[in-house]
Parts: sequence; structure tokens; C-alpha cells
Amino acid sequence: MMPTKKNHIPLFHLTKRDPATLTWQYRLGVRIAAVVGGLLMAGLLMTILSGENILDVYASMVDGVFGTSHRVWTSLQSVAMLLCVSLAVTPAFKMKFWNIGAEGQVLVGGLACAACMMFLGSELPLPLLLVVMALASILASVIWAVIPAVFKAFWNTNETLFTLMMNYVATQLVAYFLKVYIKDGSGVMPVMKQYGLPVIGGNDYLLNVLITIALTVVLYIYLKYSKQGYEISVVGESENTARYIGINVKKVIIRTLAVSGIICGITGFLLVGATSHTISTTTVGGRGFTAILVSWLAKFNPLVMALTAFLVVFLETGAGQLNTDFGIPSEVSDIMTGIILLSIIGCEFFLQYRIAVRKNRKEEA
Amino acid sequence: MLTFLVSAIRLGMTFLLGSTGETITEKSGHLNLGVPGIMCVGASCGCFVEAVYLSTVPVRQEIPLLAVLLPILAALIGGALMGLLFSFFTVTLRANQNVTGLAITTLGIGISNYIIDKADDYGRFARATKHFTAPLVGEEVVEWFEEIGLGWFGELFLSYGIFVWLALAIAIGTSLVFNRTRVGLHLRAVGENPATADAAGINVTRYRYVATCIGCAIVGLGGLSFIMDYLNGQWEYCVDTIGWLAVALVIFTLWRPILAIFGSIVFGALYIASSRLTTLGVEMTLADKELFRMLPFAVTILVLVVTSIFSKKNQPPAGLGLPYFREER
Repeated sequence: MMPTKKNHIPLFHLTKRDPATLTWQYRLGVRIAAVVGGLLMAGLLMTILSGENILDVYASMVDGVFGTSHRVWTSLQSVAMLLCVSLAVTPAFKMKFWNIGAEGQVLVGGLACAACMMFLGSELPLPLLLVVMALASILASVIWAVIPAVFKAFWNTNETLFTLMMNYVATQLVAYFLKVYIKDGSGVMPVMKQYGLPVIGGNDYLLNVLITIALTVVLYIYLKYSKQGYEISVVGESENTARYIGINVKKVIIRTLAVSGIICGITGFLLVGATSHTISTTTVGGRGFTAILVSWLAKFNPLVMALTAFLVVFLETGAGQLNTDFGIPSEVSDIMTGIILLSIIGCEFFLQYRIAVRKNRKEEA
Repeated sequence: MLTFLVSAIRLGMTFLLGSTGETITEKSGHLNLGVPGIMCVGASCGCFVEAVYLSTVPVRQEIPLLAVLLPILAALIGGALMGLLFSFFTVTLRANQNVTGLAITTLGIGISNYIIDKADDYGRFARATKHFTAPLVGEEVVEWFEEIGLGWFGELFLSYGIFVWLALAIAIGTSLVFNRTRVGLHLRAVGENPATADAAGINVTRYRYVATCIGCAIVGLGGLSFIMDYLNGQWEYCVDTIGWLAVALVIFTLWRPILAIFGSIVFGALYIASSRLTTLGVEMTLADKELFRMLPFAVTILVLVVTSIFSKKNQPPAGLGLPYFREER
């Protein structure tokens, strides 16, 4: 037969892998290779940009993250806060509800918390105040998260854009209240450390870290072992199946976003009530977006998320140190994060597909 | 009022370029959440090339045509390269489009901040802005309208630089391609049902790659138009917000570039309402201004809700967001 263009046989042949045939060693190996490959590429890029030795670059990053005990704590705090937001988006993502509004959901929680500090701070005894702060944060975040969920459940409104727009509304809401209630007109809320959570163990961040660890474990159990967690997975896999086996899909969507909202509220409470003791439009600082990637990279497993959150924080903090050490602009942290994220996203391909090179090309043609 | 409208239109064209680019991408079945990052990259590449070009020629002796064309080319190429990266992951590696898009946004913002840092002499590319904003129809025409007493007409319809006309041409051209050509039909088929399109002999991979790259190039151009036209060459770190709004505008305008022309002007007006209404004599406190900044976002939410409740016809391409693997059943 003449090899015509129609009979073109591709050099590579892709087949889908059966997930059951993959050993955990292979999965882990591919992912580690992706992270290492990404780190190598990022390091090389830094070397090219700065002209420094690549080992010095890594050393500087490690120094920035672990160099002193203060740095370790700061890094731990960053990981904890990023992890909290990541936990918050996870239940929704498992359900394939693309909530990219964690930024706003955390921010309104923080706003509610800040409002309690400003207006009730001098009136309530501290323990009661803290309870009110936490409840107010959670309530605000739950409302913010449930609004798009209701519209999604009943009218199938595009949740991605809805939640995204809610971010900006939340940001403006914070800006508005800061302009209205800060009497000197500066729009900057004074730091109200006296109304914050108590400092335990002599470290500002220890409590945050402990609460985050507790949250992580609770969410892991909730998703893996509870009936509600199971329902989330089913709705995520197939809404039709869920309906067929008698799951009330609308209810699950709204309830799951309420769970997301609760975690966002706790995060807002921690960010404002236990960390900064004030609020600004940048209190959440883009964590809502980064969290999506952190959560997805961990395949929605809360325990693995601690690792992926650490990876992202390592890059950000490390890039900051590169800036001080070598004068590399700190913006490159975004580039590094992007490269490593893409390399991990790309590695999924090797977990899902098998590439076979056609050996008998000529005979077939 | 006139300046308000003119500003709204000038800003609107950035939205228009962004949303037209994203519409082309989405018609091929790609939900690209990397638009904000790509817009940043387009803007910064354009500015960087402009700065480099201007530094090679003596002050005020740049050739206007080159000063305009080089950055535009750079923005197109920068956008297309990001599009290529995106499609490599989503088409070839069949990665999740949402996550890839977000990663591209992170990467794009990082790249653009770095590039703009390098083109640090800000005044340099701001110098070129007059070549972009000079009326394309010629100063004389606008002045002539002023002389015969129709200055407002000239101002409102003819005073625009190259980007406004370019954006309109691209939007109308895209709409024609979608609805009147075979390529457009094939593209829509790929977005609606890639398996059927494949069976009909359409090269799904090629269509997705090309559509995404072209779309992203246009998005990149949108970023440059924001800096060079609307902001008169002053870099601002808010290109990504504009990008998100452009993504929203795609849904707002039901995947139709012609509707996007009007939608984008509305968005432009809403976006600048907070800063421009005071100059129109509307009394506003600083706090009210913050509330007004909410407008474009609140309106988008409203539109999303209303279209989802009442419209069953104007749905996104059915294959949107799904990777295509031929052997999957």
C-alpha cells in the first residue's frame, strides 16, 4: 500500500492508563520528579537572571525560610494561613464547584471580626468578645459563600465568575467601611492588639499553627469518613449518579459551600483577630487564588496540602530572600511559582496516559 | 459628559480586545483563566519593546509607524506565546484548564512585573503614547468638525487612536469569521463537541492550538491598549483586574463579539464611574467612591444571575473546559 497522507501513522501512540494499575511508588516518583524538575528550572532561571551560582541561589532560599528561629516561625505562620484557605476551598472543589472566591470569603470574615473589635471591644469582657468575633467571622463568610451556591444550585449560575466578582465586592466593602468608620480619614484601622487572641507558648504564631493543624485533621476525617464527605465526592464525580441514588444535589451544594464558608470565617478570624489585629483590603493578599492551586496539587487531600502549601510558601519566602541577597526583583517569586505549578500540572499527564512509540511504523504504513 | 463617554470608550476597547480574544479561545472549548496574566504579559512586552526602540533613536526622532507597530507586534507575540504554553498543557498534556489558567495567571503577572522592572525608565515608553492616541483619521478631520460646530461629533466618534479602531475591526472581523465562514463553523463545532468534529475530519488539536494562540495574542494586545491608550503610558499594577473583568464580559455578552462592543463600553463606563462622576458635578464622599467602584462587579453578578435564570438558549459552548482525548468514550 502506498503511504499516503491519509494513512499517516503517528510516531507516538497515547493510551489511557487504568488508575488501578499505578503503584503508589510510581505516582509519588512522578510527582517528586516534577517538583525537583520545576525547582531545577526555577533555579536555573534565577542563575541566569542574577549570574549567581545555582547552589548559592538554593542556599539563599533555604536560609530565607529556615535561617533563624524567627524566620521558621514566620514561614510556619505563612504555611498555616495558606493551608487554612486551601482547606476552605477543598470541599467545594471536590464537588467540582469552582469557587475562586475564597479571597472575598475570608476577607468578609476578617471584616466582621474587625468590626467586632472596633465596636464591641471596649464593651465586652475578652473571652466573650473572642467568641463573638469568631462567630461573626464565620457567619459573614458563610453568607458570602452560600450566596453563589444558592444560585448555582437552583439556576446553575456560573459559579467561577460569580465567586470571582464577589471578591471585588468584598474588597470594596472593606475599603468602604474603612473610609466610613476610621474617623481621621486615613482609611487605616489602628492595630488593636488588646482585643486579639491570647499568645500561647510565648510565640505569636503558635496558636494559629495549632488551630490549623486541628482544622486539617478535622477536614480530612470529614471528607474521608463522614457521610457528607462521601456525598460531596459522589456529586463531584457525577451529578446524575448522585441524583439517581437519592442524594439531594442542591442541598449538598449549599451545605458544602457553608462548610467552605465556616473554614474561611475561621481563617479570617485568625488573620485579623490573631495575626494583624487590623484589616485592610490586602489582608488576604491573594491567598484565595494560590489556595486553589495548593488544594488541587494535593489532589484535595488535606494532609498532603500541608506539603504543597509549604512548597508555595518556600518559593515565595525564598524569592524574598533572593531579593535581599542578590537583588533579584521579588516579582520573580511569581515566575518560580508559576514554573513549578505548571511542571506539577504537566506531570499529571504521565499519570493518566501511557506513551508508546510505534516501532513497526513502516510495516503498518 | 463628553469626556466621560470618550474615556469609557477608550477603556472599553481594552475590555473588548480581552473579551474577543477570550471568546475565540472559548469557542474552541478552552476556558482560559490565564487571561489576566496574559494581558499583563502583552502589556509589558509592548512597553518593553517600545522602551528599547525609543532608546535606540534620538529623542523625538522616532518613526511614528515603527513606534506603534513594534510594541503591537511584541504584545501579540507575547500573548501568543503564553497561549501556546496554555494550549501545550491543556491540549497536548490534557491538563485541567482551570488550574492551568490560574497557574498561567500567576506566571504571567510575575513575568510582566519583571519585564516592566527592566524597562524601568518609565518616561521612556510614556513618550510614545502620543503616537497611539493621535486620531487615526487625522487631526485635521477632528479640527474640521470643530470648525463647522460639530466638535462633539468629532470628539465622540473620530478622536480615537489606533487601538479603538483596531479593537472594533477585530471584534467585527471575529464575528464575521464565526458566523459566515467555514473556519468559524469548524471552530464552533470543535468547541461544542470535539468528538463529532473529529469524526467529521476536523483537526481538533490544530483548531484548539490556533484559536487559543490567536485569542491570547488579542488579549495581549488588549493589555497594551490599556497602558498605551487609556493610561497614556503610565504603568499601573492593575492590569490583572481588567483581565478578570474581560473574562466576565465574555459571559455578559453571551459569546458574541458584536454584543461585546456595547458591553465593553458599558463596562468601561462603570469602571470609571467612581472617579469621573465627581468631575460631572455629582457630590460624593470618599466612602461613596469606594461603593461606586463596586459597580462593574456588582453589575456582572446581576447579569450572571439574570441570564442564568431567564436564558436557556445562550449557553457556553458545550465542550467548554473539557480536554479531548480521542480514545475516550
